[in-house]
Amino acid sequence: MRVESSISRNAPADGQQEHWDGAANTGHVLKPGELDLSHGVMLYLDDITVSFDGFRALNKLSLQIDTGELRCIIGPNGAGKTTMMDVITGKTRPDSGKAFFGQTIDLTRLTEPQIAHAGIGRKFQKPTIFENHSVFENLELALKTDKRVKKSLFARLFGDDLDKIADTLRQIRLNDQADRPAGLLSHGQKQWLEIGMLLVQDPKLLLLDEPVAGMTDDETERTAELFVSLKGKHSLMVVEHDMAFVEALGGKVTVLCEGSVLAEGDLATVQADPRVIEVYLGR
Amino acid sequence: MRTPLTVKLFAGLGPRGWLAVAAVAFIAWVLVPMAHLMLPESHPLHVSTYAITLIGKILCYAVVAVAMDLIWGFGGILSLGHGLFFALGGYSFGMYLMRQIGREGSYQSDLPDFMVFLDWKELPWYWTGSDHFLWALFLAIAVPGVVAWIFGYFAFRSRIKGVYFSIITQAMTYAAMLFFFRNETGFGGNNGFTDFKRILGYSITAPETRLVLFGLSVALLLAVIILGKVLIASKFGKVLTAIRDSENRVMFIGYNPVHYKLFIWTLSAMLCGLAGALYVPQVGIINPSEMSVANSIEIAIWVAVGGRGTLVGPVLGAGIVNLSKTWFTTSFPEYWLFFLGLLFILVTLYLPQGVVGLWAKIKARRAEKAAIAASRADPAPRAVASESKIPNGTAAKGA
Repeated sequence: MRVESSISRNAPADGQQEHWDGAANTGHVLKPGELDLSHGVMLYLDDITVSFDGFRALNKLSLQIDTGELRCIIGPNGAGKTTMMDVITGKTRPDSGKAFFGQTIDLTRLTEPQIAHAGIGRKFQKPTIFENHSVFENLELALKTDKRVKKSLFARLFGDDLDKIADTLRQIRLNDQADRPAGLLSHGQKQWLEIGMLLVQDPKLLLLDEPVAGMTDDETERTAELFVSLKGKHSLMVVEHDMAFVEALGGKVTVLCEGSVLAEGDLATVQADPRVIEVYLGR
Repeated sequence: MRTPLTVKLFAGLGPRGWLAVAAVAFIAWVLVPMAHLMLPESHPLHVSTYAITLIGKILCYAVVAVAMDLIWGFGGILSLGHGLFFALGGYSFGMYLMRQIGREGSYQSDLPDFMVFLDWKELPWYWTGSDHFLWALFLAIAVPGVVAWIFGYFAFRSRIKGVYFSIITQAMTYAAMLFFFRNETGFGGNNGFTDFKRILGYSITAPETRLVLFGLSVALLLAVIILGKVLIASKFGKVLTAIRDSENRVMFIGYNPVHYKLFIWTLSAMLCGLAGALYVPQVGIINPSEMSVANSIEIAIWVAVGGRGTLVGPVLGAGIVNLSKTWFTTSFPEYWLFFLGLLFILVTLYLPQGVVGLWAKIKARRAEKAAIAASRADPAPRAVASESKIPNGTAAKGA
């Protein structure tokens, strides 16, 4: 987060000068579109409602994720977990409610690519990678860079980019598979490649929808290690059904049910909550 | 720092590719003109005017096929209205050819014959400047480009995809055809433009003019293939195929697919326009039937027959389909459409990768056979092969 100089170089009109001074006294001035984390909040969802043909997928959902936090989201099928991610990434517009990234970025007004550029990366439930491209190319395409047509026509990879890709390949343990078509990877490796594609984008917030589905126990364990190591540098929101994995991640757990938050706290507290037990075991 | 474009060009095609380009250029610009002009008509190697016009026409179709492949094979967008862009290019350049007739028309007027017939006293405003060659050439590229951009902007922004997009492109070309059929539109209505006399002052039927047009068609096709090759090898090309395979992923890593689709869509339309401009002087006529839906579907068939997602495939496809069309429509005219339909069904069922895919399959099978033969002749690789056949892994390790 960058604090801008309070004095404008373009010598503005007197009235405006006062305004700038005022800003200097109370805080800082941001460039439009820049992420403001001054209050320690990464993601702020307030009273979000989404209906599909009368069915309320999200019902007055409110949720807050702090900077550097690792949050797990659990809940029965149809609780609205994926719809929530759709709202955050701009795929679905809420009927009502607020969704803010940092203090200033209104997610309900941005398109999917704009949200990706603002710093939110998303992993889908089903691994979504470019199967006809090589592992290396998958990461190359995801790399944080200017992604407009004009730049892509003449784009080249520089040393920094190659280092970044090499580092990520090592991190996701695919460095000996770099030139293979991504479609030939195992299911667990595809999951990792997609996680790697998020990492090279250098996002502030990672949304991970069932990241360990279809992974072996060994792979699940290593994924947990990776996520824990990312905590602090990035904020993470992990949707998962695998309770052992949620336990390994530690951190706060939010239980969603019928489109709103049912309970929140550490895993032991949440699991002891009678309402949560009712939802998972009852009826 | 950027790679100089020339370096990129050379790297993009490779030595064998450049050799092929040089060979084709040599045949088209040296051998064919020599065979046409210097050999007597009775000579077996003489290339007739008919052959030059026919091949020139097919070369223009091949350019359209490559342009179609850029958006369909690589971008995953099936257009069934590409005939419109081809025809718009043809009409734009046709205006110039009409003006070149001068006072040699049946009515000896400054106006094109069909305008005299309609009792028009002056040229409509959009014919302004059509007597300039360069302006007409510019229009042949710009008009399809602008139409494609406007259409594409709204279609892609509204996220119209797949079969819905294809149907809308059909409607677009059909609507344009009805519009051009009207006499009041000012493009010759039903009959379109024909009876051209000159191009840049040279007689349009002179063998030299025909050879130049033929040579230009070859040059355009080569240029379009090289452009396609460079484009596909660039990062743009990778993003384009990524959009084809998984548009959602592309969006969520921060690319705006609308801009990418719009770029390749507009470029494709402009290339079709250029092909149309070269087609009209060689064929000598342009009329609204070029915009018929069937014509546009045929373009898609060329690409499917040749092989989607390759740059040579569409050229082969355009050649195969159009040569058989020429043969059929002279020998058994009533069976042509049946044959075309049959060809399309067979290709869809048995050759999803087209003729190029068939070639790759044959090559792979040959390599396999060669490997088996080699392993029989040489005992060492056979040991490896037999090991891998042992189902139990530990047994193989023990051996």
